[in-house]
Amino acid sequence: MATSDRAADPTVPEPAAEPDALATDLGLTSQEYQRIVATCGRTPSTAELGTYSVMWSEHCSYKTSKIHLRRLPSRGPQVLVGPGENAGVVDVGDGLAVAFKIESHNHPSFVEPIQGAATGVGGIIRDILTMGARPIALLDPLRFGEPGDPVTTRVASGVVRGIGRYGNAIGVPTVGGEVDVDPCYAGNPLVNVLCVGVVARDGIQYAKAERVGDVAVLIGQRTGRDGIGGASVLASATFDDNADDEAGQAKRPNVQVGDPFAGKLLIEACLELYARQLVSGIQDMGAAGIACSTAEMASAAGLGMRVDLDRVPLREPSMESWEILCSESQERMLALVQPDRLDDVLAVCRRWGVDATPIGEVTDGDRLVFTRGGAVVHDAPAASIADEGPTYDRPREPWVHPHAHEHPDADEPAPVDPIADWLALLDHPRAADPTPIAEQYDSAVGSSTIAGPGGDAAVLRLPGADGTPGVTLRGVAVATDGNGRRCSLDPAEGARQVVAEAARNVACTGARPLAATNNLNFGDPTRPPVMDAFATAVDGLGQACEALDTPITGGNVSFYNATGGTDIHPTPVVGVLGPLADVTAAVPAAFQRVGDAIVLLGASTRPGLAGSLWLWHVRGRLAGRLPAIDLAAEVALQRLLGDLADERLLASAHDVADGGLAVALAESALRGHRGAEVTPEPDLAAHQWLFSEAPTRVVASVAPDDLAAVEAAAAAAGVPLTHLGAVTEAQQVRVTGVGALDLAAARQRWQSGTARLLDGP
Amino acid sequence: MSRRVGVVQFPGSCDERDALHALALVGAEPELLWHAEAELRGVDAVVVPGGFTYGDYLRAGALARFAPIMGAVAQFAAEGGPVLGICNGFQVLCEARLLPGALTENVTLRFVHRAVDVRVEATNPWSAGLVPGATLTVPIKHGEGRYVHPDPQGLADAGQVWLRYADDNPNGSVADIAGVTNAAGNVAGLMPHPEHAVDPLLGGTDGRGLLAAAAPAPAAH
Repeated sequence: MATSDRAADPTVPEPAAEPDALATDLGLTSQEYQRIVATCGRTPSTAELGTYSVMWSEHCSYKTSKIHLRRLPSRGPQVLVGPGENAGVVDVGDGLAVAFKIESHNHPSFVEPIQGAATGVGGIIRDILTMGARPIALLDPLRFGEPGDPVTTRVASGVVRGIGRYGNAIGVPTVGGEVDVDPCYAGNPLVNVLCVGVVARDGIQYAKAERVGDVAVLIGQRTGRDGIGGASVLASATFDDNADDEAGQAKRPNVQVGDPFAGKLLIEACLELYARQLVSGIQDMGAAGIACSTAEMASAAGLGMRVDLDRVPLREPSMESWEILCSESQERMLALVQPDRLDDVLAVCRRWGVDATPIGEVTDGDRLVFTRGGAVVHDAPAASIADEGPTYDRPREPWVHPHAHEHPDADEPAPVDPIADWLALLDHPRAADPTPIAEQYDSAVGSSTIAGPGGDAAVLRLPGADGTPGVTLRGVAVATDGNGRRCSLDPAEGARQVVAEAARNVACTGARPLAATNNLNFGDPTRPPVMDAFATAVDGLGQACEALDTPITGGNVSFYNATGGTDIHPTPVVGVLGPLADVTAAVPAAFQRVGDAIVLLGASTRPGLAGSLWLWHVRGRLAGRLPAIDLAAEVALQRLLGDLADERLLASAHDVADGGLAVALAESALRGHRGAEVTPEPDLAAHQWLFSEAPTRVVASVAPDDLAAVEAAAAAAGVPLTHLGAVTEAQQVRVTGVGALDLAAARQRWQSGTARLLDGP
Repeated sequence: MSRRVGVVQFPGSCDERDALHALALVGAEPELLWHAEAELRGVDAVVVPGGFTYGDYLRAGALARFAPIMGAVAQFAAEGGPVLGICNGFQVLCEARLLPGALTENVTLRFVHRAVDVRVEATNPWSAGLVPGATLTVPIKHGEGRYVHPDPQGLADAGQVWLRYADDNPNGSVADIAGVTNAAGNVAGLMPHPEHAVDPLLGGTDGRGLLAAAAPAPAAH
């Protein structure tokens, strides 16, 4: 900091040298820079430019997506905390609430798959913890390139290892998720992580300052140079006050390193602080570290904060002020504590072996002030950093898929041997048995996992707010869904169907879909068609969530998912959560008893090969207009599923999605070790009946004695019911007029697809 | 009469709540014991639960053995008190030399979580109600569960091989060994998780048979 024109007044931050060039290097536009100068009323300091640039980055400020996200429904009587906090919180009854949110760690997971995925898990766990909730489950929607490519093998196996390494060691079970492969993800995998936590309704914590004089306590790991610029383009060679530094020093790794042991201690320490009501506000430190957490907590309260950076425990004492502010070192939280409770807070942290250091305090006014070596290095209005960043309405041009106008239902030749195609579908990672991935995760810790990976939705029995398992029969079902290929053909219709499918997965277990969270994975938003796909997908999500009464309580936007000039498919991923009054009534996806009737609930099957897995995986073609979803019919179907489950009338229920009825029937048979004999619906080509992905359908099995009651309930609800056949002893799924799928052969294919993704050919 | 069973909580323990829950289900009065305390508060039996103590960054269990409570556990074991180490707890007891052998990385080099069948080979207080030859289905979940010992046959001859994987050896353990005891038989360790197999809603109840030393003592008459 030793420049010759150092300001004499230590209460005014020293202007950055060459601020315009620095601002450009930090990714700020000249308009954004001018706005900062106007806000500060002087030339900003290096620390200030660092703070603004990170907080106004796309990742932190949602400046491109904000105007669109406002259109999403986010309210409802069930929503206790909506978007804006670290995670949404919904009321699930009995005085319990559930916090849940999904986030992405896409780019780091390509650069360094194990650490990238691991820190993604750690980050979302801390978001849930920040709400006062005990994290109780993780789900991981993953997207990779096609199996067999050596890069994909490295990335896929590394990501799974990283998720396991962090999730297993931190003691939070990984209970579900989904995987898909497509060439568009080969250079840009998607690693989304959803975390669920449980909290007493009256125990929710907020990332907000409460009163002047509260002490800001930094809890957790020491602050290092890891991850600086993970959220922006901060690590640039010119971004240093001292031009003589080695060039290498400025090029620090942008991928953070996670320490699940430190994360585990942080969880336990924070939960004890909450239980003893020792903190008045708390915020985790993810992107933009200290800068972000202080600015947000102060701004939320309309107050200021003053922090002495000399008191921040550092891994490297030579760190510059901007580096301390913007470090993304993992496993850190910032708590605000009344002075008379400070000793208790420090004692709790000491007991858990977690560092805790008072670094500042909440102040009157609105200024966010950082000092270093007795001099003020940063003095700017907190709200201008956290909440008053720029927003953009980027230009749009219609997203048009080149083959969306085609008619595969009419012009794609029927297969000669549909059974061979059926077998081929079962080893696509989208349909294949996920066991090779699921086996690498601890899905059992917590003693609450009623249904883990592999079903339509994970089913968790809720522990008490203190984590004690088995205290109630109340539970939640959670599922994630996304389908980039279908969204690429039609972002709005695709997004509607993604929401419907995630909710249908939850409804199949008997739970009532209650709320949603979304991770919007898109390409480069400066390309107008991508922006259009984003905006129309948001509209689709909003319409479906409105119809299904599942408000979106939070989520994440990940832009710039592109390799070279090629964007990924628009890939909105949706997580839906719903409560179950009694987990012993949860409905499995597998056939249970020989002799049970198999019925199709919901819409009868209609042509739907556009965007289907069969058309893509067997015929190598992505084309067509998606059959439109009838959201009213979807709502009726999902309500019926809940009602039938409450009456314990369903032996099994399984959503019809990728691979159509063919894959749905095979999965229920393979999981249940039972066969089936079914007759296709009339007036449809055999391959349409097998492989159509027309929405709003569920394959259910019903005990013969219950069939009349199910028929009556469906009729009363106005939901079509089609008799398909029965569960059989024979190890095959026989389709009248088509042939039989041998389950031994099917199992072999079904069990090989995921292994091939992880291990290569 | 129900027994008081202490569950040792180290930094990085993960399955301690599961152990408390399971022990209560088999009729014990479970309580947590804190690693930094040097005494066992008069409990009748001790369980060292699963998890990743101290992150398992050195060798699994290698640091936990230095915790103050481990002195008390060793003394309790020497006096014949029943001690059970589950997964990471098994690793801790091996590192503490309360059990023979060691556990190292799975032969697949991958964490593995699945239900396995184990066969009871010898009797001890923790499986008091089971006869040798009984087969149980219990989940495993570990990355370092490959049991190694220079003389597995000698160990078996001494009656210290408690459990073997019945058909699927998931980690490359020598002689399919899934659980062992000390020479006296009061200290036992196993990689499978009996505490995750006590509830029919959560995948079976076979694990209860491996928690016998925590079950209520039979009445005098």
